[in-house]
Amino acid sequence: MEITIDENLIILGLDASKNEDVLAQMAQTLHQQGYVKESYKDAVISRERVFATGLPTESYGVAIPHTDIVHVTEPAICVARLKNPVDFVIMGEEEATVPVNLVFMLAMKEQHAQLDLLQKLMAILQDQEAMGYLALEADKHKIKTFVIDKLK
Amino acid sequence: MQKKVVLVACGTGIATSTVVSDAVGKMAKEHKINVEIIQCKIMEVPGYQDRADLLVTTTVAGKNYPFPVINARAFLTGIGLDAVKAEILAELKK
Repeated sequence: MEITIDENLIILGLDASKNEDVLAQMAQTLHQQGYVKESYKDAVISRERVFATGLPTESYGVAIPHTDIVHVTEPAICVARLKNPVDFVIMGEEEATVPVNLVFMLAMKEQHAQLDLLQKLMAILQDQEAMGYLALEADKHKIKTFVIDKLK
Repeated sequence: MQKKVVLVACGTGIATSTVVSDAVGKMAKEHKINVEIIQCKIMEVPGYQDRADLLVTTTVAGKNYPFPVINARAFLTGIGLDAVKAEILAELKK
């Protein structure tokens, strides 16, 4: 897999009250590890304002923030489990929000190239057992292995 | 039957529209419907206004278009997917 998912990119118990804080902390993490440019943070925040990425699933709310490829240095996925649910506007809605517990921030580098990975990521969102696991597992290493295995 | 032109759009034109394009393409193939799928950013939709028959999008469409608009979030969450597929299929068969 060309996209990095690393323990350093898994944040458990991320503490934020607004979705912008969530996005800022995650973008910061990606930037510190060298996966995205400094510009990614503002870009992903303003993108979320215009094109929201909250997704209600059968289990709980998820968000998949991402932005233009020009802000990305190396493709990666940052995963954050929030300490408390934070409202995100639902994708495709003007105002309706969903309380989000789990965020997959996608740093994508190629257009159209990640179909397989994206399909598998969506399959995770639809898999209640997997979602239950991601909601509770305390070991970052296990989460990393689990996600990589699911996206393989 | 004339080939249908389907726009599949999302905010960035890279992530969710990729998943939806693939799904719509497979659906059309399964039902032997001749479609041209154009994956784009929602901002680019007006440029295709004259030739498109349908817009399938994961974002807010933002304005009125001369063709039907179908929300495609179900392809990501799985919730209500059968209904959305039926809706798209009905448009493709028109």
